[in-house]
Amino acid sequence: MNLNEHILKEANKLRFQIGENIHDAVISSIYQEANSIAGNAILLDRKKHAKVIDSKVDRIVTSKTWGFAIMFALLALVFWLTVEGANVPSGMLASLLVDTLHPFLKSVATQIGFPWWLSGVLIDGAYLALAWVISVMLPPMAIFFPLFTFLEDLGYLPRVAFNLDAIFRKAGAHGKQALTMSMGFGCNAAGVVAARIIDSPRERIIAIITNNFSLCNGRWPTQILIASIFIGTLVPPLYSGMVTAGAVITVALFGILLSLIVSRGLSNTILKGEPSSFSLELPPYRKPRLLQILYTSLIDRTLFVLWRAIVFAAPAGVLIWLTANITIDDKSIAHLFTVWSDPFALLFGLNGVILLAYIIAIPANEIVIPTILMLTVQILGMDNLGSGSGVMFEADSVSLTADILVAGGWTALTGVCLMLFSLLHNPCSTTIYTIYKETGSIKWTVLATIIPIIMGFTLCFIVAQGYYFLIN
Amino acid sequence: MQNTTQQCASCTVHNKKNLERLGIEMEDYNFLIALAGNPNTGKSTVFNYLTGLHQHTGNWPGKTVSRAEGAYIYSSKKYKLIDLPGTYSLLSTSADEEIARDFILFGQPDVTVIVLDATRLERNLNLTLQILEITERVVVCVNLADEAKRHGITVDPKYLSERLGVPVVLASARQGDGMQELLAAVEGVATGEITCKPHRISSLPEEIRKAIEQLSAKIETSFPGLPNSRWIALRLLEGDQRMIEAVGSGELSVLAEALVQSTNVT
Repeated sequence: MNLNEHILKEANKLRFQIGENIHDAVISSIYQEANSIAGNAILLDRKKHAKVIDSKVDRIVTSKTWGFAIMFALLALVFWLTVEGANVPSGMLASLLVDTLHPFLKSVATQIGFPWWLSGVLIDGAYLALAWVISVMLPPMAIFFPLFTFLEDLGYLPRVAFNLDAIFRKAGAHGKQALTMSMGFGCNAAGVVAARIIDSPRERIIAIITNNFSLCNGRWPTQILIASIFIGTLVPPLYSGMVTAGAVITVALFGILLSLIVSRGLSNTILKGEPSSFSLELPPYRKPRLLQILYTSLIDRTLFVLWRAIVFAAPAGVLIWLTANITIDDKSIAHLFTVWSDPFALLFGLNGVILLAYIIAIPANEIVIPTILMLTVQILGMDNLGSGSGVMFEADSVSLTADILVAGGWTALTGVCLMLFSLLHNPCSTTIYTIYKETGSIKWTVLATIIPIIMGFTLCFIVAQGYYFLIN
Repeated sequence: MQNTTQQCASCTVHNKKNLERLGIEMEDYNFLIALAGNPNTGKSTVFNYLTGLHQHTGNWPGKTVSRAEGAYIYSSKKYKLIDLPGTYSLLSTSADEEIARDFILFGQPDVTVIVLDATRLERNLNLTLQILEITERVVVCVNLADEAKRHGITVDPKYLSERLGVPVVLASARQGDGMQELLAAVEGVATGEITCKPHRISSLPEEIRKAIEQLSAKIETSFPGLPNSRWIALRLLEGDQRMIEAVGSGELSVLAEALVQSTNVT
C-alpha cells in the first residue's frame, strides 16, 4: 500500500513538472499518428467519391430553408399513415376480442360456475383491459414502428438531431437531446435510458427531466381518438383524417416547444451551466434492409411495448372493476370520487372521471381512454350502451364513443384540455422508476414527476378559464 | 479480398457450419471477447451476426448505451462476446465511455475486437491507437467496406495490419462478408497462435515520454505482470480520478495478480 502511494506521489510530482498540456499533447500525438496511418492505408477514387449523392441530399435535408419543412412533412406523413391505416385493423381486433370473445368467456365462466365477482374481476376487469389495449395499440404500433425504423435505418435521425442542435443549444441543453427526445416519441423510459449518450451530467439530467414532453406511444391512442371526435369532426369527412393528424402533430410539436422552454428554465436556474460542445457525425445514408426493419420494429419494438402494456393493463383492469363495484352506501368508490372531485376538475376544463382515470392509469398511459369510457357510462347509468356496470369496453365506433362522451357532459373544451393534460402529466410508473435508476436521485425523480403535472394543471386552467371568459 | 472470401467459403476449416450461435447461453466459456469501436460502425451488427441475438441496431450514433452479452462456438471453443458502448475516445469521462474503458482495462478480455468504419478510417483510428495502448490482444475489423467502395474508398488491410501490429480484417457485417476471417483472426489471437506487436504512440514530446517511462517503471515494480503500465502512467499524469482510485485502493494489484495467474495456467 505504501508503494502505491509512492506511485501517486511520483505522478503528482511529474505532472507538476510537465505542466498542464499533457492532455492536449497526447491527443495531438494520437491524431497525428492516426492521420499518417489512415493516409497511407486508403486509396481514394476521387471521381467516384465526388459522385456520391449523400452530401447533396444532406445539403437539402439539413438546410435552413428546407430542413424543418421536410422534417415536419415526414412526421406528418408518418402520423397520417398511422391514423388512417390503424382504423380498420383496430376495429377488426375489437370485434373479435371484445364483441365475440368476451361474451363467450363470460358464458363459459357461468357454465363452469364462477361466482359473479370472480368472473367480474377476471373477465370484465383483467381480460377486457388486455383486449382493449391490444386492439387499440397493436395496429398503430405495427404501422408506426416500421416507418420510424425505416427512417432510422436510412440514417435520417442524426439529420433531425443536426437540424435541432442549434435550437437545443440556445435552450442551454445538449444537441444530442434531440436524439433522446426522438426516442421518447416511442417510449419515454427508452428515451431516459438513451440520455446516457450525453456526456455532461448537467445536460443529461435536463434531457431526462424533459423527455416526458415527448408524446409517447401510449399516449397517441388518446390523442388520436379525442382529436378524431372533437377536432376531426369539425371538417368534412374527406379531410377529417388529415385534420386529426394535424391536431396530433400540433400537440406533439407543442411538446417539443415545452421541452425547450423547460430545458431553458432548468439551465438558467437549478442546472446552471454552459452547453458543452460535441461533434455530431452524419453517418452515410444506408439502403434500409426491409426484412430486418420488419423484424426489429415488430418483434423488438412493437411486441416489447405491447407486452409492457399488457403486464400493466391486467392489474389495472382488476382495479377499475373493483372501484366500480365496491360500494359504500350503495355508491361505488369510483362514483363517490368523481362526484367529489368534479367541481375541482371543472376549473381545469376536465372532469372527475378524467382525474380518476389518470390515477388508475399511472402504470400505463394506454389504458386512460377505456377507463374514462367505463367510468362515464357507469356514472350515467348507461348500461345499455356498455357491457354492464364496471365493464371496460371498446365502443364499436368512434361515433359511439363520441355519443357517450357528449352524454357525459363533454364539450370541445374537455377534449382540448384532455389532449393537453395527456401531454402534460406525470410520467408513467415505468418511466419514473427508470428516471430514479438512471439518476440515482430522489430529488430529480420527484422534479421530473411534478413539473409536468404542475404545467398541465396550469395550462388547462388558463385554457378553461379563458374559454369560460370568452363565452360569457 | 473477394478472392479470400471465396477461398474461405470453400475451405472446410472456415466453413460456415463451424460457427454455432449460442444467443445468451454463456456459461463455461473458453474466451472472453470485447467488441469496441466508434459509435455507428456496426458493432452491434457484428455482435448480432456472431451470437444470433437481435441487439437493436440503427443508423445513428450512440445506440448501444449499456453493454450487451452473448456467446458463440467456433472450432469447438466457446466464446463469450461483450458489445461495448460506442465511443470516440477513452480519454474523457462520459458514462458510456467509462463502461467501455473499465471493461477493456479491468474486465480482462482475451481479445478486444475493434470495429472500424472504413469510410471514416482516420477518426476511427484515434480510438484504435488508444485501445492498443491498453491491451495488445486486439483484432481490427474494418467494417462497412461495401459502403466505402461506394464512396470510392479502398482500404489496404495488409498495410494497416503492419502498422498496427495486429490482425486486420475487412468486413461488411450487414451482408456477413468477412465474418469468417474475423472468427479465424479472433481464434488466432485468443489461442496465442497469432502474436501481436501493437503500435504504441511514439510521437509524444520528449519530456512527457520520459515522465511516462519513469512512472510506468515504478508501476511495473509495484504491479508486476500488468501489460498496460504505460497507459496507467499516462492516465495518472493526466490526473484521472478513477485511475488514482484504482492504484490507491489496490484494485490494480488484484488485476495484475489475476493476469499473472492466467498466464501461468496457459
